Amino acid sequence: MIAFILRRLLASIGVLIAVGLIAFAMFRYVGDPVNQMVGIETSAAERAQLTHQLGLDQPAIVQAARFLINAARLNFGVSYQFKQPVADLIAARAPATLELALVASILSLAAGVPMGVYAALRRDSALTRLFQALSLIGISLPTFLIGVLMIYLFAVTLRWLPSFGRGDVVRIGWWTTGLLTVSGLKSLIMPSITLALFQMTLIMRLVRAEMLEVLRSDYIRFARARGLSERTIHFRHALKNTLIPVITVVGLQLGSIVAFSIITETVFAWPGMGQLFLQSIQNVDIPIMAAYLLLIATLFVVINFIVDLIYVLVDPRLRVHLGRA
Amino acid sequence: MTRPLLSVRALRVEFATRRGPLVALDGVSFDIAPGEVLGVVGESGAGKSLTGLAIVGLLDPPGRIADGEIRLDGERIDNLPPARMRDIRGGRIGVIFQDPLTSLNPLMRIGDQLAETIMAHKSVGRRQARAQALAWLGEVGIPSPEKRIDGYPHEFSGGMRQRVVIALALCAEPRLVIADEPTTALDVSVQAQIIALIKNLTRRHGAAVMLITHDMGVIAETADRVAVMYAGRIVEIGAVRELVRHPLHPYTQGLMAAIPTLDIRADRLMQIPGAMPRLSAIPRGCAFAPRCPKAFERCAARPPLITVGDRGAACWLYDRAPAAADARN
Amino acid sequence: MSEIAAPQASASEPDRTLIQRLRDNDLLASFLASKVTVAAGLVTLVLFLAALLAPWVAPTDPFNPATNYLSDSLDPPSFVAGGDPRFLLGTDDQGRDMLSAILYGLRVSLAIGFLSVALGAAIGVSLGLIAGYSGGWTDSAIMRIADVQLTFPAILIALLLDGVAHALLKPASRDESAFAVLVLAIGLSFWVQYARTVRASTMVEKNRDYVQAARLIGLSHARILFSHILPNVMGPVMVIATINLALAIITEATLSFLGVGLPPTEPSLGTLIRIGQNYLFSGEWWIVTFPSLTLAVLVLAVNLLGDWLRDALNPRLK
Repeated sequence: MIAFILRRLLASIGVLIAVGLIAFAMFRYVGDPVNQMVGIETSAAERAQLTHQLGLDQPAIVQAARFLINAARLNFGVSYQFKQPVADLIAARAPATLELALVASILSLAAGVPMGVYAALRRDSALTRLFQALSLIGISLPTFLIGVLMIYLFAVTLRWLPSFGRGDVVRIGWWTTGLLTVSGLKSLIMPSITLALFQMTLIMRLVRAEMLEVLRSDYIRFARARGLSERTIHFRHALKNTLIPVITVVGLQLGSIVAFSIITETVFAWPGMGQLFLQSIQNVDIPIMAAYLLLIATLFVVINFIVDLIYVLVDPRLRVHLGRA
Repeated sequence: MTRPLLSVRALRVEFATRRGPLVALDGVSFDIAPGEVLGVVGESGAGKSLTGLAIVGLLDPPGRIADGEIRLDGERIDNLPPARMRDIRGGRIGVIFQDPLTSLNPLMRIGDQLAETIMAHKSVGRRQARAQALAWLGEVGIPSPEKRIDGYPHEFSGGMRQRVVIALALCAEPRLVIADEPTTALDVSVQAQIIALIKNLTRRHGAAVMLITHDMGVIAETADRVAVMYAGRIVEIGAVRELVRHPLHPYTQGLMAAIPTLDIRADRLMQIPGAMPRLSAIPRGCAFAPRCPKAFERCAARPPLITVGDRGAACWLYDRAPAAADARN
Repeated sequence: MSEIAAPQASASEPDRTLIQRLRDNDLLASFLASKVTVAAGLVTLVLFLAALLAPWVAPTDPFNPATNYLSDSLDPPSFVAGGDPRFLLGTDDQGRDMLSAILYGLRVSLAIGFLSVALGAAIGVSLGLIAGYSGGWTDSAIMRIADVQLTFPAILIALLLDGVAHALLKPASRDESAFAVLVLAIGLSFWVQYARTVRASTMVEKNRDYVQAARLIGLSHARILFSHILPNVMGPVMVIATINLALAIITEATLSFLGVGLPPTEPSLGTLIRIGQNYLFSGEWWIVTFPSLTLAVLVLAVNLLGDWLRDALNPRLK
């Protein structure tokens, strides 16, 4: 067990370092950092001084190491575009993205799992057919299209909900939240549904497929042969066995919600990290690109690691029993 | 016999397919007396397992009971509403399936699976159910039950698992146990123990057994009577000793002849030529006729189960009607 | 066709006409069985043809500045009050006919979709073959890279590659190279799936007799890989490719919508939707609606076809 955890930990760190090196390569070699920071009239001597100051004349390995160490201390350099420390820029926008991602994740789970279970148990009902149709749309349509169409329906035509921004936010220490104001909540509705829709349909399809598979298994048949009630069979036996493989997928998907927030934030002009990242791509602001890449990588790696742990904890077949008869 | 515990009459099971219904069981009839062991033997695909599943109402669609009656203690059970059928399953008819590893829920402790079965059929509380579960684990021969009751299925060996399955089938004290190939998935060394366990436990608790298997040896050792199935029909039924020594139906005769014995010297193993027909290609008339060395014109019509003493054989050779007297060999 | 006049049919099988053989074909039967699938197939066909024949079918050439007049800009569709009969679906902010823009946009979207899938498949299959066949360090290296890339969703990879490519290119050439950059970015984000599947199949195939035989004859490794093993591992690749097509179209549309894909001078459906969103509140709804509908219908149809294909080729369901 300990060996397993250590191995996963090492693998995770390995991936992080690999990504870190890629980020460094981008940072250092794509475009010219010195050029970005100086004007046209700067003399050659001043450029040389700046180069030395930034440590750009050191051997590549030293630069890479410094970059990684700085990154670990959350020092990502200065943005070319905004001339401010990248870490500050990201920190200012992080709450917006994280709040959105959290609400969307909870939504997708809270809706997706029950829908999937229902669709598996009541295979021929009209509601199930509706769910299937919705799931096809949710999986087929690109996220931005759903967002645009929602804006068209709810903001332009019906005028029920605002079409951009976070509304009024409340500052609590370093964090800003939109959950405590009416306008904040109203602004959260469409973006979170848009972001959640793809995940929700994915979860629903997965849960339904897994549950149907489980219901066909021999131990379910044996449970029926023992005269257990349908409710016991569905919720005590089938559900638990269904949710375990679902956990891995759901965990990984939660990470990608943060990635997909880029799109949603663009559609709804949501002031989050994703929008910042997109602007950095359009304006070739390498420090922000590199920082975002590293942060996302860390997030994914951490989530993967936690999911692996949960999997081992939950499935008794994977646990090594110490001291049991 | 006194009123039979289980009575199956003219059972017909069909599978609905795109090209019309496929008949998997055609007019199966037999009785099981209280406490007796009836063996059901035949090749793969003969319909043995289907018969067992049909009795407890576990046929998967598109299979369905198209005709016939099944009676338990005199009352019909083939047309019951689902809730009543659930009471019967486990409570009055227990089932043992072939593969013990897949029969048990891998994520649930053994004790919990036993307790829930007990509580489903007897009105006892959780603590009592657990105590009974513990007792059952002891009865089926699990060593140190107190330590193992909270174990998971993958922590048990194949033979141990099947013992747990047997406990699960019997813990609600059913009157009939349907054992579908209970030893096929086990090591040979363990098979004998399991069969002995089934026989002893059912005798001790007064339950009858329908023992489904393709292993004639197991039947010869364990069963009181045996029914031989072929292509979805029963071709012969009778007491084990006599059937083995003097088989009536040509198919059974072929089966017996194919078993090599130590005391007869032979250069080749006997084989019944041909193969059992597929469900979609069962011949009209007697299903065995194309392969039968004693077939004659009457075999173009399907023979009923003809009573021969206290046995039965579905073969025109035993029909006492005068028209067939000449054709008998 | 020789089926209809086939005197040498084997003795055990009666002669069957072409019609009969088509009717008995399981794949065709399952296709025709579902009305939805047939509808999806037809729609896909129509859209593909429209895209292919756009230069001949479109009423105007939306990319010829000479024929676009700003005075025509923002005209509503011809069937709405105030519409100009020349423009069936209205015009955009630059005076371009929407119908033509959509047709050309469809063309570009599909082109990028197909090309990027082909690129991804080519890279993925090649790497998968090499990894599975060589084993050892090569295999480990390729799979490590695959694992790292697999940690991230494809769209993020595509976005990143797009950004890096733009950073490396001079700003002036950014618009012209957008097409190539998109194909590259999207293609490179998809190779991993192919590589993994092909690698698994290759590892199975390389121990088979026909491969040993080829080695004995002295065929070169490359020859063995590409002439002998490749045809046998292509099955699952086709299924992945079909699913990926819809994904590639969506990814391109998303990147264009975000502003890092095709520029307004050569818009794809995604770009048109982006332009249209700016005019939603001012009332020019047609700029966003028609491209959105086209994209939605296209992706739905391709996905439905992909679903059918996956079910039809799935050996477990047979």
